Amino acid sequence: MLSKAKLWLSLAFGALLMWSAGAHAAWELNMPRGVTQISRETYDLHMTIFWWMIAIGVVVFGVLFWSIINHRKSKGAQPATFHESTKVEIVWTLVPFLILIAMAIPATRVLTAAYDASESELDVQIIGYQWRWEYRYMDDDPNAEEVSFFSSLATSREEISNSIDKGENYLLEVDNPLVIPSDTKVRFLMTAADVLHAWWVPEFAIKKDTIPGFINESWVIVEEPGIYRGQCAELCGMDHGFMPIEVHVLEPADFEAWYAEQQQQALQVAELTNAALSMDDAMAQGAEIYTRNCVACHQGNGQGMPPAFPAITGSAKATGDIGITMDTLVNGVPGTAMAAYGRQLNPIELASIITYVRNAFGNQTGDMVQPAEVNEFIVGGQ
Amino acid sequence: MSSAAIDHAHDHDHHHGPAKGITRWLFTTNHKDIGTLYLWFSFAMFLLGGTFALVIRAELFQPGLQFVDPNFFNQMTTMHGLVMVFGAVMPAFVGLANWMIPLMIGAPDMALPRMNNWSFWILPFAFLLMVSTLFMEGGGPNFGWTFYAPLSTTYAPDSVTYFIFAVHIMGASSIMGAINVIATILNMRAPGMTLMKMPLFVWTWLITAYLLIAVMPVLAGVVTMMLFDIHFGTSFFNAAGGGDPVLFQHLFWFFGHPEVYIMILPAFGIVSAIIPTFARKRLFGYDSMVYATASIAFLSFIVWAHHMFTVGMPLAGQLFFMYATMLIAVPTGVKVFNWVATMFRGAMTFETPMLFAIAFVVLFTIGGFTGVMLAITPADFQYHDTYFVVAHFHYVLVPGAVFSLMAAAYYWLPKWTGYMYDETLGKLHFWMSFVGVNLLFFPQHFLGLAGMPRRIPDYALQFANFNWISSVGAFLFGFSQLILLLVVIKCIRGGKKATAQVWEGAQGLEWTVPSPAPYHTFETPPDPSLIKAQ
Repeated sequence: MLSKAKLWLSLAFGALLMWSAGAHAAWELNMPRGVTQISRETYDLHMTIFWWMIAIGVVVFGVLFWSIINHRKSKGAQPATFHESTKVEIVWTLVPFLILIAMAIPATRVLTAAYDASESELDVQIIGYQWRWEYRYMDDDPNAEEVSFFSSLATSREEISNSIDKGENYLLEVDNPLVIPSDTKVRFLMTAADVLHAWWVPEFAIKKDTIPGFINESWVIVEEPGIYRGQCAELCGMDHGFMPIEVHVLEPADFEAWYAEQQQQALQVAELTNAALSMDDAMAQGAEIYTRNCVACHQGNGQGMPPAFPAITGSAKATGDIGITMDTLVNGVPGTAMAAYGRQLNPIELASIITYVRNAFGNQTGDMVQPAEVNEFIVGGQ
Repeated sequence: MSSAAIDHAHDHDHHHGPAKGITRWLFTTNHKDIGTLYLWFSFAMFLLGGTFALVIRAELFQPGLQFVDPNFFNQMTTMHGLVMVFGAVMPAFVGLANWMIPLMIGAPDMALPRMNNWSFWILPFAFLLMVSTLFMEGGGPNFGWTFYAPLSTTYAPDSVTYFIFAVHIMGASSIMGAINVIATILNMRAPGMTLMKMPLFVWTWLITAYLLIAVMPVLAGVVTMMLFDIHFGTSFFNAAGGGDPVLFQHLFWFFGHPEVYIMILPAFGIVSAIIPTFARKRLFGYDSMVYATASIAFLSFIVWAHHMFTVGMPLAGQLFFMYATMLIAVPTGVKVFNWVATMFRGAMTFETPMLFAIAFVVLFTIGGFTGVMLAITPADFQYHDTYFVVAHFHYVLVPGAVFSLMAAAYYWLPKWTGYMYDETLGKLHFWMSFVGVNLLFFPQHFLGLAGMPRRIPDYALQFANFNWISSVGAFLFGFSQLILLLVVIKCIRGGKKATAQVWEGAQGLEWTVPSPAPYHTFETPPDPSLIKAQ
């Protein structure tokens, strides 16, 4: 027995050592209470059921360990001969049943409330892509300039590959966060363009699958302005772990100002699409877009990871007819990981990246494409 | 075997031992040989699936990408799940069924011995096919063991076709095994072995076999629909062609939830055999145990969509599946209470099988607690697809199903080999596994609640600490399993001779035959007076 005690002691000591070794980082044990009424009610449900389970555990394990300690042969225990009791069986069938009913009532109430997405004041469409999110604001005014943008991981590849130190919001930061107003019922209409994804922000207690061909809805009234982070929760392929969600909740007045600015910018993009793009600007912007969107598969040197992710250097699609390069970028390659970027990037960005892949990584076609041509290609539905 | 027996009826008092060499194992129709083959195969798959798990835990040891790229990481999570479920846990229970059911009901062999041979020998080919995809162009299956469409169809690597074929073969093997178990139990019980006198292991396997026959064809159907979507232009699961990706999940989980019970019901049977033996007291509430098992099996068919609370079902559907899921806690609770009541006022000793069985009761119950929590739909929105779920199902599957298998191995090893295993090594194996498994999976509850999604190769910095502990536990648990290998090899080679009874408090027909159990047992039915109520 002594050796067993020693074993336990050393194990406990080992555990303590490990505990202190990593003491600089967070030791979060529980779910956040969140910033909406539904999230708080969900948290309360979680804690109620948790304490019920602890209580049952204390009773069951209490009897178990008491028996283990006292009813052992080495202590001279004589086995009893009882082996059934209908009364006892009925009791321990009914008691858990009643506890479950007590839990089902509040759970039903919260679920019903969470399902009531009616009378929203702002609707935002959320579309999952491999591996980024698109947010589209549904304006009541059909003539208003549409605000929509893609939201991609902003953490650098160098941080992920451990060549530089990781930032505070490692893997939880995006280039264009979703912006919504506080104290406003915002409804999310969720779908996906390729495979399943799931949009999840723990502080909102919302997790909903985004499914191609379906529109799921869910809603939120955030009481506290601030920055809230989440992640894709449904396995969606290679970069499933790299498509975070960042939501900036602004005071309603600040949100209005932000929204107006976005509409203004959308107008500008429309104008710039018709302006001429220089080769230097296209290459500079193209390099940025490449880093953000293409590096994961085609790699920093354009060599890819064949056969799944082909090289760009010397590729027929990048060096042949420019129309083919445009088609590949705009429409993707169905049945492969190559996504259709026609909607993810604006015509200026598309013209830049098309120009870039034709003139980088040793490709030297020397030609380029203008935003207006790309726009024509898209509008022409090719 | 039966035809051989007829051919040689003239020299029936001549002893029929096993054939010599490799053909003994290739052509065997003997339930003990086939049981042994299943058990060794499942142990090999356990080590292979465990190796995949260690690749996962090595990558998750620290934030950042260190060892594998995300695509290979996804192949590892997929293969780990598939190999453990279909290669390790299920065949291990079939192996135990082969060895023990005829011995427990006083039958000379399984009812369909040639099919028995076939159902085992197609398995290695299925897994060879599946694991070989890792070496193919484009890599192996990388869409998770649940292979949700359209990630597993339109967006899958080419090797998915091999995966589909492998699943078909595994399914065929399982269905044949299940038919054999049912035919054996219903037709070959010794005179006096009434249904309500059968050991619970036999009962739980009878019910499990019906579950297998009910759901394996659904799995075969769903992978065939995938095959058609991929190669023959159908759109069952492709929204762009009028199909429905959610339909895939309904079909998969209609198979998948009963599958969960396929992996745990026989474990209940094992624990119900071991606890009375070492408590030296009859199992409390035998009848209620049988009814609880049947209730769980029935409920398992009407709870599948609790795996899909976030797909956007209508409110009425959500509520139905929430209530039905909560109900499962009732018969499961009855089982746990009965085990505890069996130990209460017994005279317990704590040999290795008992240690594993007690750990099963405690840790499986913890998995059950988180199961009830997961049933609460609004809370499930927070738990779903996080490490909380990973912790939950690993608690019921590893210190649940796998511990029960280890308990069974220690419990019946002396009957199989004729020698006692090394108790010191057995206890060492238990304690290392117990500490390892809890270090491995307990912190994952915290990770999930704090917001870490499952199936990600890299994570935010606030998850670093518990991932680190979890990985340490994983390596401790993983390498501890080599002790089991050592114990088994030592025990086969020799040791203290085992008596027929082996354990002082053991009850049942398997303890009335010598140790090791002769190659042929119960060629004549056992004396009915040996058959006692459990």
